[in-house]
Amino acid sequence: MSPTLPAALSPDVARLRRSTAVRLAWLGAGLAVLALLFVLSVAFGTRIVSVSDVISALGGDQDGIAQAAVVKRIPRTVLALLIGSALALSGATMQAVTRNPLADPGILGVSGGAALAVVTGIAFFGMSDPFLYIWVAIGGAAIAAAFVYTVGSLGRDGATPLKLALAGAAISATFASLVSAILLPRADVLTIFRFWQIGGVGGATWERIGIITPFLLAGAAICFFSARGMNMLALGDDLAAGLGENVLRARLIAAAGAVLLCGAATAIAGPIGFVGLVVPHLCRLLVGTDLRWLLPFSALVGAALLVAADVVGRVIARPQEIEVGIITAFIGAPFFIWIVRRQRVREL
Amino acid sequence: MTQSHHLSAEGITLAYGERSVVEKLDIDIAPGRITAIVGANGCGKSTLLRALARLIVPKEGEVLLDGTSLQRQQSKEIARVLGLLPQRPIAPEGIAVADLVGRGRHPHQRMLARWSPRDYTAVADALAATGVSDLSERPVDELSGGQQQRVWIAMALAQETDILLLDEPTTFLDVAHQVEVLDLLTDLNRERGTTIVMVLHDLNLAARYADELVAIKEGRVHALGTPEQVITETLVSEVFGLDSLVIPDPLTDKPLVVPSGRHHVQQLR
Amino acid sequence: MAGRRARLRRRTLLTSGLALALLLVFVVSLMVGNTFYGLDKVVRVLLGETVPGASFTVGDLRLPRATLGLISGLCFGIAGVTFQTMLRNPLASPDIIGISSGASAAAVIAIVVFSLSETATSLVALVAALVTAALIYLLANRRGFAGMRLILIGIGVAAMLDSLVSYVLSRAATWDLQVAMQWLTGSINGATWARVAPVLIAAAVLVPVLLLHERYLGVLRLGDDSASALGVRVQRTRIVLIVSAVALLAFATAASGPIAFVAFMAGPIAARIVGPGASLALPSGLIGALLVLVADLAGQFAFDNRYPVGVITGVLGAPFLVYLLIRSNRSGGSI
Repeated sequence: MSPTLPAALSPDVARLRRSTAVRLAWLGAGLAVLALLFVLSVAFGTRIVSVSDVISALGGDQDGIAQAAVVKRIPRTVLALLIGSALALSGATMQAVTRNPLADPGILGVSGGAALAVVTGIAFFGMSDPFLYIWVAIGGAAIAAAFVYTVGSLGRDGATPLKLALAGAAISATFASLVSAILLPRADVLTIFRFWQIGGVGGATWERIGIITPFLLAGAAICFFSARGMNMLALGDDLAAGLGENVLRARLIAAAGAVLLCGAATAIAGPIGFVGLVVPHLCRLLVGTDLRWLLPFSALVGAALLVAADVVGRVIARPQEIEVGIITAFIGAPFFIWIVRRQRVREL
Repeated sequence: MTQSHHLSAEGITLAYGERSVVEKLDIDIAPGRITAIVGANGCGKSTLLRALARLIVPKEGEVLLDGTSLQRQQSKEIARVLGLLPQRPIAPEGIAVADLVGRGRHPHQRMLARWSPRDYTAVADALAATGVSDLSERPVDELSGGQQQRVWIAMALAQETDILLLDEPTTFLDVAHQVEVLDLLTDLNRERGTTIVMVLHDLNLAARYADELVAIKEGRVHALGTPEQVITETLVSEVFGLDSLVIPDPLTDKPLVVPSGRHHVQQLR
Repeated sequence: MAGRRARLRRRTLLTSGLALALLLVFVVSLMVGNTFYGLDKVVRVLLGETVPGASFTVGDLRLPRATLGLISGLCFGIAGVTFQTMLRNPLASPDIIGISSGASAAAVIAIVVFSLSETATSLVALVAALVTAALIYLLANRRGFAGMRLILIGIGVAAMLDSLVSYVLSRAATWDLQVAMQWLTGSINGATWARVAPVLIAAAVLVPVLLLHERYLGVLRLGDDSASALGVRVQRTRIVLIVSAVALLAFATAASGPIAFVAFMAGPIAARIVGPGASLALPSGLIGALLVLVADLAGQFAFDNRYPVGVITGVLGAPFLVYLLIRSNRSGGSI
C-alpha cells in the first residue's frame, strides 16, 4: 500500500507507512496461530494423536487408528475454520453497516430467522436436503435482518445500538416462540432440530463443506468489495454522502454479504453466537478500524477462535463433546457484558 | 482547484414528508468568498445547506453546480468539488487522526487503487494547515473539542475541494476554539481561494468573518448582502424576534449586535 | 381540572370493567371442561358445600389451576409493567432481559441433571431468578444506574443462559426432556394447592407494596435529578420497586414456568385500554391474569391438540410484539 515516495516527505507520512507494516505483522502472526490450531485440532480429541501420525495421515497413510482419527477430524476442522471466518466476517460487516458495536448475527435475530425458516421447511415442507436448507436459511436470515433493521430504525434518532439490540432480542424471542409452537406436537422434527440448534461442527462431511463453500466465498467477496464503502459509512450518513458514497447502495450490498454468510453458516452448523460480536472488537484493538484490514483479520481470528473452541469442547469433557456453540456463548457473553460496561451510556 | 466553481439554487422547495421547510428559494453562492447563513432555530438553514450538498433532493427546483443540476452529476464527481462538514460527524471508535484525515481522499481514489503520492501529500498538507500534525497518531476521540473540529476540517481539506460547506462548525466549541476555527477557515479562503458556506448561529461571529450574509426566515431568503447591509436592528427584530442595538465592532468595524431583553433596555435614543 | 376528574373516573370504570371480566373468565374456567358444570354447582363448591362429582373436578382440579393462572398472570403483568416503566422502554420486559432465562436454566438443570421433584424445582427456579436479577443489576451498576446498560447486559446474560438450556436439553433423556420442555413453555396443567400457595402468599405481600410505590414511578421517569429535586428518595424507591417486581416474577415463574410474553404484553395493552399514565400496575395485573386464563382456555379447547398456555401466549405475542415495536419506535419509545 505504499509506493516509493519522494525523499522530502513529512514525518506523518512515514508514520502512516509504519502502521501498514504493523498490520501486516499482525496478519502474519494470525496465520501462524491458525496453522498451529489446525494441527492441534487434528491432534487432539477423544484420542490424542502424535504429530508424526498427523503428518503421515496428511501424507496419505490411512491405516492406523490414529491416522483414521486424523482423517475424520480434518473435515471437521476445515468446517470450523470456514464457519468461524464466515461468522466473524458477518459480524464485522454488520457492525460497520449498523454503526453498532453490539451487532452480531445472533443478537440481531438474524440466526433466529434462519432457524425459524429451517424448522418451517422441515416441519411443513418435509425438506431434508442440506442444499435446500441453505437457501431457506439465507432467505430466513434476510427477512429477519430486514425486519429488525426496519423496526429498530424507526423513530427520531434512527438505528441506535440499543434500539437495534432490543428489536433483535425481541424478534429472536418471537422466533423462538414460533419454533416451540411448531415443534411441540412434532417429536420427529424436534429431535432433528434439537441437535442442530446448539450449533456444532460435529456433522462435518466433505459433501457439506462442498455445498457451503460457494456461498461463503460469494458472501466474503461481497463483504471485501464493500470495505471502502463501509469505511465511509462509519463517518455517518451525511459525511459518507458528502464524500461521494451512495449510502443506501453501499449499506444494502454490504448487508447482503453479511446475510449470505450468516445464513449459510447457520444452515450447516446451527446458530453459533458471539463469534461475530467478539472477534471484530478484538481485531479492532490490533489492526484498527479500517475495514480493508479489519475484514481479513477478523476472518482469520474468527477461524482460529472457532477451531480453538472446538478443540476445547472435545477435550474438556472427554469422552463426550461440548458443542462449539456453547463454548462461544460462555466466552462471548462475558465479553459482550464487558463491552457494554465500557461504553459511555450516551453512545448506547 | 485554481478554477472557481459556482454553486447556486433556483426555486427550490425542500420538504420533510408533507411539511415544507424551504419554499421556492433562490440563492447564488459567491465563488471564492465566505458566505454565512443565519436565521432563527427551525428556519431551514441547515436544511438548505444539506440541499446544497446534495443530501436532500428538492421537491421543486434545482441545485446547480456550474450550471448543471446536482442530481445529474455523479456523487463522486461532486465530491471532488464540493466538501461537507455536517453538524455532528461521527468518528469511528479509536480511529487515529491521520487515518481519519486520510478518509477524505476517498473521492479521488478508485475502487482498488493504492495510495498515490498525491494522496499522501494532500493528507500531510491538510494536517499541517490545521496544525494537527503532531497529533496524527492519537485517537480522535481522545482530543478536545477544538482539536477534533480541526481534525474534521483537515479531513475536509484533504478532500481538496473548491467549495466547502460547514453546518454549524462552531456550535459546540468554547469561545477560544470558535475563533480559532473561524480564523482557520479564513486562512483557507485567503490562501487557497476556497469558497466557504457555513451555517452559523452566532450572529456576531457571522458578521465578523463573512463576506456575504444570507438571512433565512421561515424557509425564504429574507435578506442577502454584506454584513453591513444585512445586520440592522430592523432585520434582527424581523428574523430573530429580538430587540437590539447594532453598533460598529470596536475591533473590526463590522456590525455588532447588542441584544436588549426585558431587564436591559437601551436608554439612549 | 374537570378534564382530569373525568379521566380518573373513566379510568376507574375501565379498571373495574377489567376486574369484572376477569371474574367472569375465572368462573367460566371453572365451569368448562370435559364435563360441564353449571354456575349453580360451581358456586356451591366455592361456598364450601360438597357436591358429588363437582367437588373434585371443580374444587381440586380446576380451582387450583384457575387460581394459579390468575395469580401468575397478575404477577407477570404487574412485574412486567414495573420494569417497562422503570426502564422507560416497553421492550425491557423481564422475559427478554435475562431473569426468566436464569430461572429456566436452573429448572432445566434441576429436572434433567438432578431429577428434583416439582416443588424442589420451583424453589431452585425461584432462587435462580433472584440471583440472576441481582447479578444483572450489579453488573449494570457502574458509576450509577443506567437503564440502557441494564437492558443490554440482561440480553447478554439471557443469551448465555439460553445456550446453557439448549445444551442441557440436548443431553437429556427423552422423559426428562419432555418434563423440561413442558416446564420451559410455561403451563398451569396439573396445578395443586401446594404449587399455588407460595405465589399466592408472595402476591398478597408484594402486590400492595408495588401498588403503593407506584406513584413514585411517574416521578422517577423524569430522570434521577428531577426526581430527587421533587423529594423522591431515588435509590431506595428504585430498589424497592426492582426487588418487589423481581420477586413477584420469580415466584410466578417458579410456580408456572416462564409463560411467554405475558409480562411483556400486559403493560402496553393496559396502556391502550386505560390510557397511558402513572397508575398502570393494577390494570396490567388484571390484563395479565386475563391473558393467562383466556390463553389457557384456548389452549385446551380451541385446537385439535392441547397446547400449554405458554405456547398460545408465545404465538399471540409474536404479532403483538411486532406491532408494538413499530409503534414504540415511531413515537420515541414510551409506553
